[in-house]
Amino acid sequence: MTQTTEYTAVFTGTTRKRLDEILTRYPTKRAALLAALWMVQEAHGWISDAAMAETAEVLDLTPSYVKGVVTFYTMYHQHPVGETFVQVCTTTPCDLCGAEGVVQALLEHTGCGELGATSPDGKFTVIEVECLGACGFATPVMMNEDFIEDVTPDKVPDLVKKYS
Amino acid sequence: MGYPHKPHEKETVVLSEYFGDAEARSYDGWTKRGGYKALKTVLEMGPSDVIEIVKASGLRGRGGAGFPTGLKWSFMPKEKSKPHYLCCNADESEPGTFKDREIMRWTPHALIEGCAIAQYAIQAEITYIYIRGEFTGPLRVMQSALDEAYERGALGPDAMGSGKRLDMYIHRAAGAYICGEETAMMNSIEGRRGNPRIKPPFPAAAGVFGMPTTINNVETLAAVPHIINRGPEWYKSLCLGNERSVGTKLFSVCGHVQRPGNYEVTMGFPLGELIDDMCGGVPSGRTLKACIPGGSSVPILNKEETESCILDYEGCVEKGTMLGSGGVIVFDDSADMVYQVMRLARFYAHESCGQCTQCREGTAWTVRIMERILAGQGEMKDLDLLLDLSHQMTGTTICVLSDSCAAPVESGIKKFRDEFEAYIVGSREPIMAAAG
Ligand SMILES: Cc1cc2nc3c(=O)[nH]c(=O)nc-3n(C[C@H](O)[C@H](O)[C@H](O)COP(=O)(O)O)c2cc1C
Ligand code: SF4
Ligand code: FES
Repeated sequence: MTQTTEYTAVFTGTTRKRLDEILTRYPTKRAALLAALWMVQEAHGWISDAAMAETAEVLDLTPSYVKGVVTFYTMYHQHPVGETFVQVCTTTPCDLCGAEGVVQALLEHTGCGELGATSPDGKFTVIEVECLGACGFATPVMMNEDFIEDVTPDKVPDLVKKYS
Repeated sequence: MGYPHKPHEKETVVLSEYFGDAEARSYDGWTKRGGYKALKTVLEMGPSDVIEIVKASGLRGRGGAGFPTGLKWSFMPKEKSKPHYLCCNADESEPGTFKDREIMRWTPHALIEGCAIAQYAIQAEITYIYIRGEFTGPLRVMQSALDEAYERGALGPDAMGSGKRLDMYIHRAAGAYICGEETAMMNSIEGRRGNPRIKPPFPAAAGVFGMPTTINNVETLAAVPHIINRGPEWYKSLCLGNERSVGTKLFSVCGHVQRPGNYEVTMGFPLGELIDDMCGGVPSGRTLKACIPGGSSVPILNKEETESCILDYEGCVEKGTMLGSGGVIVFDDSADMVYQVMRLARFYAHESCGQCTQCREGTAWTVRIMERILAGQGEMKDLDLLLDLSHQMTGTTICVLSDSCAAPVESGIKKFRDEFEAYIVGSREPIMAAAG
């Protein structure tokens, strides 16, 4: 994962227009922060210090305030992640239904080896998350923005292939 | 359940009638099924008349606390001197609960209509629908339904030609269980860290952006159009004996059952029948051991309590637990209750926002002590220590997340003490590595 030193601004052109539209929904600029951070992550894949500074600037906030918010919410990445970010639920209901086996199969087939690590080919990062709100469809797995239900260890190889 | 939705004969299908019916997701499909009639009716009444109808229906909040909905709405100032807001709580993160997701996935317009009616009743110009960030599917469905409702003029500056302004926006969350707590959600909508606020002031006095605000759960709001269309008396009559708990409720059943899913029953339905008849019971060859009937934050029931529990607010309290969000987690005899209680505590430790010492430290220490027990290094006095800790974590913090961690620990030790002791005396093999 290489980190570019040149930072490309996010809030220009159509993205700036989208943000301007979102700003009309709230009485304060600050309230658009979560949406703005989603746009940054969509553009860059993660939220760097430079991105926090840009976001702070467009919303009249301080970079440290923005960092405080970014670090509070678990879905914002503070570091680059694999092309496909994999989130597996292991909370009690899913644990009862065998989530641990799904985690092991994912770690093996993606080549990540351990939780939180990115696979050597840069394609995957696998993490365990708390309840995804789909406990009756154990085990739910998120592959980036795709939400996949009823994953079992034997379905993992095909799933990984699809995203490779 | 299953798709297309074929309800079990014992279900009372109101909210889930169109689950699995893709056509119901579109504006036209929804109006063909009677949609937006209730909103039209309401826009011809006075706001306080709407509140009276909802009060008379007996509807209580489905997000966890069971507070009477009409009464909550009536706390909003009648004289409008400031902007008012409605927040729809679609954060659904309580382990065991996955019902709001189905309402949004299949009947987005039912929720939009419910929000619009509530919004009109409390005289709010804007509704924020706060949806957890992981719900990418429901987020897409809700956004296109909202776009369609605007295009058709059901929402906007002149909602349904009434001259009233009804605006509605989705606020996508970004991963934090605590943001389901209403005051944390308000901070999150304002673009802040999702820390719960000290109450008072209550939201109806000073909520989001410091303005009068009402927060309701998805399922609560989705029930409202039905109440308007069919009348409060009809809703009140959906009752199996206890007049204080009426209407239908979606129960999300998961864990060790043959047919997990969402089941809609009339309040007062027996928990045992839900598990055995509808969900096919525990897997074959297994026996029922325990159940958490209202999402992970409520006390655990043992087998006997589960079999005799009545699913309504008072029925659950009678068994020493709560109806909560209606997330039913079933454990069969293969479940290691010590490990599961630790796993729940770990959830709360992970999700604590860290503002209160009892919660921040209490959840972390609970996990550490439980891990020590699971590593075979526990002592008998650890059980008293856990109970003492839980006691200190209850009723002492800004929000009830702290109490929610204590509930499974206290009830777990009380009801499955022999399993804890087995790890301590060494009659059970440790399943975790000792801490370094
Ligand atoms: C830690 C915590 C998490 C909560 N999570 C949710 C949630 O995900 N969804 C929800 O509707 N209510 C949740 N609640 C309850 C809300 O604070 C609030 O009571 C509810 O949304 C009110 O709506 P109702 O009156 O329609 O039930 C949570 C409460 C606490 C203390
Ligand atoms: S009880 Fe826990 S989650 Fe709630 S405000 Fe206090 S520290 Fe935060
Ligand atoms: S526990 Fe896994 S989705 Fe809820």
